[in-house]
Amino acid sequence: MGAASGWTNKSKPSRRINPTPVSAERPLSKPKTCFTSTPVSRSPAARWSAGSSLEAFTAAQEGNLSSVISNSLQEEREMLKKERCKLLHQASSPAGISFDPGTPTKPSYTRSASLPAESHLVTCANPAKVSCKKQLECLAQLYSSCITENLVPNIFLELFFVLQLLTSKGTSTAEDGDSDPEISEINRDVTERQHFESVHNCVYFAVRVLDYQYEIISHLEKGMLKLLAENERIASFSPTLHKRLRQAYESSTAKVSLLLPCSVQSVSFQPETDNRSNFPSDRAFHIFKKQRDIFYELLREWEDNHEKTGWDFERVLGSKIRAMMAHLSATCNHSHFARLFQKQLIQMCKGPVSGGASWGDTPDQDVLNMLGSDNLSRLKRLQERFVVPQSIRGPCPPPSFPGCQQFFRDFILSAGSYQFNQHLMDSLCLKILELNGLTLVEHEHSDGEADMEEQDEKKRFTVALLSLRLLAKFLGFLVFLPYRTAEQPTRDLQDSALVLRNQTLPVLDILKLLRQSIRDQRSVLTIPWIVEYLSLVDHIAPFLDYYRKVFGLLLQVYRLMVLSEEKEMSFLNKLLILAVLGWLFQVPSVPEELFFTTDDRQERFMMDTVTSAQALDFVPLVDQQLLYTCCPYLGELRKLLASFVAGSGGKNGGFIRKITPTAAESLAPKASVTQRKLQVDLEQAFFHNQPPSLRRTVEFVAERVGSNCVKHIKATLVAELVQRAEVMLQDKVKEEDVNHDKLLEEVCTHLYEEGAQALIKGREFCRKKGPEAVRVLLPEETSAAVLSSAENIAVELATERACGWLSANIAALIKREVKATFNRMLKVPGFPLPGEDAPELRRDCTPGCQHCAPFPSQIINEIKDVLCVAVGPREEGEVVDYVWLEGLLGRLSQTLRCRKFMCPTSEQQLARCTVELASLLVSDRVPLSLGIKCPEKSPERLHVKNNPTSGLLKLLFSIWKEDFGTSVPVQLIFSKKNMGYLAEAKQQEWDLFLFLLHGLIEHELMRTSEIQSCLHSLEELPWPSDFVKDLKRLSRVFVSEHQREEPRTNPCELTRQSLATVTTQS
Amino acid sequence: SIFSQEYQKQIKRTHAKHHTAEAIETYYQRYLNGVMKNAVAPVLLDLANEVDFAPSLMARIVLERFLQEKEQTIPSKTLINSMLRDPSQIPDGVLANQVYQCTVNDCCYGPLVDCIKHAIGHEHEVLLREMLLEKNLSFIAEDQLRAKGYDKTPDFILEVPVAVEGHIIHWIESKASFGDESSHQAYLQDQFWSYWNRFGPGLVIYWYGFIEELDCHRERGILLKDCFPTDIVTLRHSMAQR
Repeated sequence: MGAASGWTNKSKPSRRINPTPVSAERPLSKPKTCFTSTPVSRSPAARWSAGSSLEAFTAAQEGNLSSVISNSLQEEREMLKKERCKLLHQASSPAGISFDPGTPTKPSYTRSASLPAESHLVTCANPAKVSCKKQLECLAQLYSSCITENLVPNIFLELFFVLQLLTSKGTSTAEDGDSDPEISEINRDVTERQHFESVHNCVYFAVRVLDYQYEIISHLEKGMLKLLAENERIASFSPTLHKRLRQAYESSTAKVSLLLPCSVQSVSFQPETDNRSNFPSDRAFHIFKKQRDIFYELLREWEDNHEKTGWDFERVLGSKIRAMMAHLSATCNHSHFARLFQKQLIQMCKGPVSGGASWGDTPDQDVLNMLGSDNLSRLKRLQERFVVPQSIRGPCPPPSFPGCQQFFRDFILSAGSYQFNQHLMDSLCLKILELNGLTLVEHEHSDGEADMEEQDEKKRFTVALLSLRLLAKFLGFLVFLPYRTAEQPTRDLQDSALVLRNQTLPVLDILKLLRQSIRDQRSVLTIPWIVEYLSLVDHIAPFLDYYRKVFGLLLQVYRLMVLSEEKEMSFLNKLLILAVLGWLFQVPSVPEELFFTTDDRQERFMMDTVTSAQALDFVPLVDQQLLYTCCPYLGELRKLLASFVAGSGGKNGGFIRKITPTAAESLAPKASVTQRKLQVDLEQAFFHNQPPSLRRTVEFVAERVGSNCVKHIKATLVAELVQRAEVMLQDKVKEEDVNHDKLLEEVCTHLYEEGAQALIKGREFCRKKGPEAVRVLLPEETSAAVLSSAENIAVELATERACGWLSANIAALIKREVKATFNRMLKVPGFPLPGEDAPELRRDCTPGCQHCAPFPSQIINEIKDVLCVAVGPREEGEVVDYVWLEGLLGRLSQTLRCRKFMCPTSEQQLARCTVELASLLVSDRVPLSLGIKCPEKSPERLHVKNNPTSGLLKLLFSIWKEDFGTSVPVQLIFSKKNMGYLAEAKQQEWDLFLFLLHGLIEHELMRTSEIQSCLHSLEELPWPSDFVKDLKRLSRVFVSEHQREEPRTNPCELTRQSLATVTTQS
Repeated sequence: SIFSQEYQKQIKRTHAKHHTAEAIETYYQRYLNGVMKNAVAPVLLDLANEVDFAPSLMARIVLERFLQEKEQTIPSKTLINSMLRDPSQIPDGVLANQVYQCTVNDCCYGPLVDCIKHAIGHEHEVLLREMLLEKNLSFIAEDQLRAKGYDKTPDFILEVPVAVEGHIIHWIESKASFGDESSHQAYLQDQFWSYWNRFGPGLVIYWYGFIEELDCHRERGILLKDCFPTDIVTLRHSMAQR
């Protein structure tokens, strides 16, 4: 009994439900004292006289809301309490009953003391051995009505207790031998009777309560129902309950998966909010650019390392975060960052919804290939068992930040930035208000397509609810962060804090929102997030006037929300509200007396004002998946049962079912599955970088078009078929007096085949209408490809919706319509063309250009090599082949003519290099090897025209003139450096230089006057005297040769003027 | 490419050594002495080779020192760059020739090489653009993105994402170099992760190959290839199929 005795020896009040008896110290989930959790170590009498709890009771009783209960229950409740107390007392005695909800994953621990006696321990509970049935029945009724009337702070906690009783283990003691339990008991005092002494009694009581609470239980998830339906004790104690549970299990569709996808995906950059115009200065913009990158760097680091042992968030990331905060403060970028932070938070933590294919649940490609789609769900369940934490610390765990939420919480803590927190709160408040305003599309609950729309609305609701809860939790965290204390403050401290804090207004007026939600009957959306917000209160806040009112109101809601399958409000909606509120009342920092004190200044509100059909509360929006996602601790009920199965199953001590490994099948890709998955992912990816309005538009169009499609099919095809059916029926009815049902069946079967047409027509409809709508709704400027993809996705989704519904329902629809018509009859004998204009690249290639010219980079490289040789230093005998150089210039010409790969810098460089090359050529700096074609250059000057260099120059002229798109800096030829080449040449090639000048003029690359002024300024530089003489001579020759031609190209005056200067100089 | 990158690494390592005040002074004096003896000899180039430093950078050091002496102020970077690009602007003819000789003979640094690198980069971008057009993949190019006010922009953003080898990509960056460890890390830090942070997963094409081990962020959303991918899956629609 190691676990049990350790549990009862504590001096502080202990919660009777303690699924992990090992760790009695759980400071965060300090158990509550409520009437279902009596302290064990103190005597009951002492406790009652101690007062506070009793007063709380009385207060509760004296409250105004006691309309539902009678005061006379008081006595019974205390009796029950005493019973409970004794029962627990018994548990600590060796012969008593051991509640062993032990975590089955640690069987050796929880059962260590009793292992040898295991076979005795799990006693076979026997209905025949139950003693004092009458009293137990009475207690069960009493207890059940407490649950039913919401008089317990947390109904699921009570159910957990009941299941503990159901699965309790006990040794068979002397009592089994009692000849007549009723008689032996009868003489004892009522309070001394040990009704729960035997396992049989416990089970009997539990089964009775479960029977009364069947309504709630039947709404739990399928796995839970299965365990209950398979429970032997229930089967033997109440065959009727067993039968009902079996039925509930078989008809249940409530499979629940708690697999949380967590993978980092970035928030896309949206120019409307993120570009320069949204920032006060360039600096702010650029700093934010860096902040964004740093933020993701931190996130990646966290993702990689946070699970490693010894990794400490604050130690590794703390200083980086604070440096980042300092930068943000310097440029007032907090609001931008808060927005990014919040978006990323929602993206990563919003939970396991978003309909099938979120990025997170992308299983490994190979695994997918191996398993195929059929096994995917099984794989998911398996993965869930590995990944989802098995125990969530009991049925009432303290608030926590699971998974990725941890990063965001730690980030806020490490940042410790007042500014950031304030901006984040602003941002959170805004988003919460926005989401809280969710309205559902009004729809007719008339016929077929309601189903479809209901699904969509449920999905929208789920997404909004989960996001709200997440944001509200973080808002609560931020709001109460400054006041958080580890310990409950003393009374004095509390009072002074109350005086201080009563004056400030809350950041978000949740009281107002709560009242509104009750008035507008939207509490199913609002209460769950308000609960998240409040779960993070500090120890003082609940006593503040403001929050007192909030808690008071919530308590009222809780009390009045009696579970019953009535028409007005969906059962599961209520169950969700009760579950979250019940959990809130158990949160450590929520004062325990809260539940039992009732404020005199109670608000009067009517739960049953005018009910409008669209009020969220009355739409069945909550399903088991959502319930369990919001309240994962409900899963503890199932785990308790499962561990019982494991425990009684005996030897292996295994939990639930053994995972049987199977051999991997071949990795041959099952293309269809992966492909489909990839397509879905691609679609998600497509929306990622588009403005969110695009997605909304597409989804909206898909929803409407899909819905319209069904309507259209009904109005056309189905109507037509019904008409034909009418004719057929009329004929046949006349023929003979046949069985009408059979006839109807016959005709319908005939029409079903035609009904298949519906899919084709439906597809056609969507294909026609979808793109039209998308085109009208998207901005005119949307690019063709985006538009086309958006149209296609809209069509696809619409078709999926419409055809999905049609293929499932067309037969039934036809039948219904035909039947209706028949009855009447009997009574009264009556693409978009994908906008494919690929952006034509503007280029000025020669017509018919094949774009196969050498790349500019290659040409630059080759010219560089020539320049290298020319500039030197070069080795002995290193030459440039004339033919090759000629070829190079040819290729250069080709390259320049093809504009495709050319960029301005390349072209400018080419221009500069060729000018350089020309200078080197005229200075005889390029060691040309002429090969066989021309003999070695003779010392006597060849005629210029025959000089091979002149050939190259001619090529260059033409290239400069014809091929370059930019201006060629030919004036560089006259630079001091380049003329220096000429000056240094052993044998100055003046003729060649003159040839170059003429060429420049001829090809209109330079004007005569320009050359003249260049030459003129050159003369003023400090050259060797011979060179200056030659230069002057050249100038004169050039001038004389071009004087005549000048008027043709240039205004005379200018020429005259420059000529005059030249002459005066010389 | 690989040689060039290794060389650059070595230069980076020794860069500081050549930029101490003493070193600069020594180089400048050696240059002055050299050209005094023989102005046409490749003084600067030989000096650079002797001390194992990139000729262009050596030219820059000496030029900077020269201008400093002449103007009595520290010359601006723009002026130096412009003179290196066009040595004709250098007031001293001898130095101009020396500098030009250095830049032309440098295989890894200097304006010419920079230009070649730029040209190669540009050419590959054009090639990539061609392939995208050929595959009918609609994209937004860098300049368009800049115009819209994006703060960091890859070469191409796909308007409609595709899957390459089973990985979804939103953008493609072309790198006309070899992806070695140090350059890849730098790119990841400055570019690729930034793109991921804004646009989601993407593809980097190292046209001159890369170290295979670097392709380790596939799952996270950075895919490496050395050519245009062949295994591309696009968002298909029944409409397009029919």
